Amino acid sequence: MNELRILSPTAILGYGFPLASFQAGLDRDPHAIAVDAGSTDPGPYYLGSGQSFTQRSAVKRDLRYLIEAALERKIPLIIGTAGGSGAKAHVDWNLAIIQEILKELKLQANLAVIYSDIDREFLLQELKKGRVEPLGPVDQLTEEDILAATNLVAQMGLEPIMEALERGAQIILAGRAYDPTVFAALPVLKGYDPALALHMGKILECAAIAASPGSGSDCLIGYLDADSFILEALNPARECTSLSVAAHTLYEKSNPYVLPGPGGALDLHATTFEQLPQGRVRVTGTKFVPTENYALKLEGARLIGYRTISIAGVRDPIMIRQIDEVIASVKERVADNFQDLREYQLHVHCYGKNGVMGLLEPHPEAAHELGLVIEAVAKTQEIADTICSFARSTMLHFGYPGRKSTAGNLAFPYSPSDVSAGAVYTFNVYHLLEVDDPKRLFPIKMGRSEL
Amino acid sequence: MRYVKDVALVVRSKNAGPYELTFDLMFPNAEVFEEVRHSITKEKIAALYKIEESQVLSIIHFAPAHAVKITIIRPRPSGDLGETDVYGAQQHTPLFELTY
Repeated sequence: MNELRILSPTAILGYGFPLASFQAGLDRDPHAIAVDAGSTDPGPYYLGSGQSFTQRSAVKRDLRYLIEAALERKIPLIIGTAGGSGAKAHVDWNLAIIQEILKELKLQANLAVIYSDIDREFLLQELKKGRVEPLGPVDQLTEEDILAATNLVAQMGLEPIMEALERGAQIILAGRAYDPTVFAALPVLKGYDPALALHMGKILECAAIAASPGSGSDCLIGYLDADSFILEALNPARECTSLSVAAHTLYEKSNPYVLPGPGGALDLHATTFEQLPQGRVRVTGTKFVPTENYALKLEGARLIGYRTISIAGVRDPIMIRQIDEVIASVKERVADNFQDLREYQLHVHCYGKNGVMGLLEPHPEAAHELGLVIEAVAKTQEIADTICSFARSTMLHFGYPGRKSTAGNLAFPYSPSDVSAGAVYTFNVYHLLEVDDPKRLFPIKMGRSEL
Repeated sequence: MRYVKDVALVVRSKNAGPYELTFDLMFPNAEVFEEVRHSITKEKIAALYKIEESQVLSIIHFAPAHAVKITIIRPRPSGDLGETDVYGAQQHTPLFELTY
């Protein structure tokens, strides 16, 4: 079996890469360029709102080089979790960027777009059939959750991307996709071991983060053969070490030995990481253990209101000593003043005390100065503005016991002091859906550049 | 009594999905890893974070990276009301008090 080479330019599309590293990757004659564009890490806002957490101009900069290189070399370019979260709004946002680049470069290409949005009616039926289970420490899914989610996606497996490749797509733009799939689809289509292909993809999806020193904005290449794969960093300032690659296996997951995905899990109990010369690492022994039923991971987020914040500092030691009591009293005053407005949340983050760790803080002793973020979340922006403003003015003039600084309690860095921060979302779907057909929920739209 | 932080190369925290928080302690070699790994218990982690032991989901020893991985339930789903650290990247410092 010949070696198959997959080039990963960057950890997230839009995070950038040095052109010299990318050229070094192209010089190794890759069979595909693949890139992951998403993550749930930036929080629920992006999935819920349909916005991307990467900037358009940064994504366009990366894509221009990737598209030009892929089309020139006649190798596929595969993009997963378009727009950061992979819902239709994100995919269409990214598609428009691709079309703009093709137009500017006066190029044509066979495009495939794979959507990953889950129909609510369909999911309600599957829920009734008992085919939805919580994933980790999450409650059972309810009809209410399904109806409230503004965006609802499933992570696709290899199958829809393999089909798009079989149908001759040169550029594949996938909605929410299990991160390794964009790297593993071509190898599995060509008959390589899915366990090794997926494990290689699991590392390539973070690009040079698995190298030493690590970087989320530099290139990594994978060489796959019948019974192992090799990883190589493409910037001479970095190298892959058996430790850096093994350590990466721990990153952002709860169990490094068992890595679950669509249709089964990678099993790393027998995996070995072997150091090779010139900063390369060979990986062998990974197994794929299929699950009895094929399950997809669902993700959804719902709107919970609108946020307004106010930032202020406190330096007076008499106030700092009783900051918890002051905050509690201010909350009481707000509640008393707006008895008709029950549907709001008022929270004061207290930096210098427990602003970073909140409930988990083992040492909530106050420093000599505190940074406060007064935060109101309510069902309309107007109510949030009102609550935040009133809490801020109440705290500014609050007469706590022993007060000497009677002109004001807070130091504001800004005028205006309050910022309307807009819509607030929360994750409300994080479940597994059992399916009969791994492809049916992921419609593929194919066409020339116009699409 | 010695501190784990003094022999660890890496002490870090991060989300493992929106509902879990995971900590990685990585050691420079197999010897240190062997010496330290069994002293990291659910009981100690629960005490350091002042949480119930049942909130500590797992402690896994990963020899290829000379690492111990600890996963706990997040105090709230990432980005939910009252959130203090969306990425979970600054929740590791109580581990500096771990001893062996």
